[in-house]
Amino acid sequence: MRARNIELAVGIFMLIGVLAFVYLAMRVSGLAMDDGGSGYTLYARFENVGSLKSRSKVTIAGVVVGRVVNVHLDREDFVAVVEMEISAKVDNLTSDTSASIMTAGVLGEQYVALELGAEEDFLQAGDEIEDTLSALVLEELIGKFLFNAK
Amino acid sequence: MLRQIESIGARGLEVVESIGRSVVFLYQSLVRVPRPRTSLPLLIQQLYSVGVLSLVIIVVAGFFIGMVLALQGYSILVRFGAEQALGQMVALSIVMELGPVVSGLLFAGRAGSALAAEIGLMKATEQLASMEMIGVDPLHQVIAPRFWAGLISLPLLGMIFSAVGIFGGMLVGVDWLGVDSGSFWSNMQSAVDFHRDVLNGVIKSIAFAVVVTWIAVFQGYDCVPTSEGISRATTNTVVYGSLAILGLDFVLTALMFGDL
Repeated sequence: MRARNIELAVGIFMLIGVLAFVYLAMRVSGLAMDDGGSGYTLYARFENVGSLKSRSKVTIAGVVVGRVVNVHLDREDFVAVVEMEISAKVDNLTSDTSASIMTAGVLGEQYVALELGAEEDFLQAGDEIEDTLSALVLEELIGKFLFNAK
Repeated sequence: MLRQIESIGARGLEVVESIGRSVVFLYQSLVRVPRPRTSLPLLIQQLYSVGVLSLVIIVVAGFFIGMVLALQGYSILVRFGAEQALGQMVALSIVMELGPVVSGLLFAGRAGSALAAEIGLMKATEQLASMEMIGVDPLHQVIAPRFWAGLISLPLLGMIFSAVGIFGGMLVGVDWLGVDSGSFWSNMQSAVDFHRDVLNGVIKSIAFAVVVTWIAVFQGYDCVPTSEGISRATTNTVVYGSLAILGLDFVLTALMFGDL
């Protein structure tokens, strides 16, 4: 009888541990939301990416549709190349889609906002988004403002 | 003068020797053909005394640490109007650092000391020697199940600690201080990455489990078989175990998150 109680207690303990792991995976890290791997890659070149980094959000109309995978410098043109993984569910981005880097709130993180165009054909995996708008750098803006005010 | 230098050298040799002994000891107790019929009941018994009995202290500690983190974090974040980031602050600090480390420290104090004292007393009352006399290897009968039980228990306890801590943080942040529950969870989910944060936290827990349990069973097995020796072994387990966890935590953190 006592041995059975111990087995029961150990079983419950293991179960709680596994449940805690599932809780951490699903609820805390939101694993179900971004099932990595099942997506396709798009590239975009920006003059300035600000503080955009890998794992930043990619959104359409404010809805997250992908993540930034990698940001690196093009050694020839000296522009930033942003590699984005877009969810496979969103496979109908028009080829004249534009990408701009936005900031969530005043101090918030930066993300890539996609805006769809009107072309008939769609972007394929590995394609590059031509129409891009760089991040808004506050210092640059203030500099321009001061220069114009003179 | 010469004698003093000699004694320093002797102490150094002793330390190196005991490290070597502990490695041989671990190898001898773990490497063998597994026999599930006999070793499984032993393992379950140890899982009960090492894991289940540590559950209460882990749950209570995790709950209160989560609540305190939320309270402290809120009072700072609200100054910048960023109290929405409370969820991610609580979750990241618990999952990456506090969960594995604090559960490891509590485990060293609660279960590690008990293991060392139990094995030490077995040695002092010559139970280990009599086992050897009747042809049962005490390393396989006594040490191995305890080691595996610790190795299985601590990662589970660490995850339970993290889950309960985040729940406690949510209780204080959302229900008491009035942070919006939607932004609490969504900020947390966008900030916490499963591979980088949750899995690395679990890996930390596993590493701590190996070190703490190893220290505990070795200190018990290697102790001087007197009442003073047992108390020394128990103290050493908690002290060495805690220091090893804190030191190892820095190394692991540097390896895992150092490129940020």
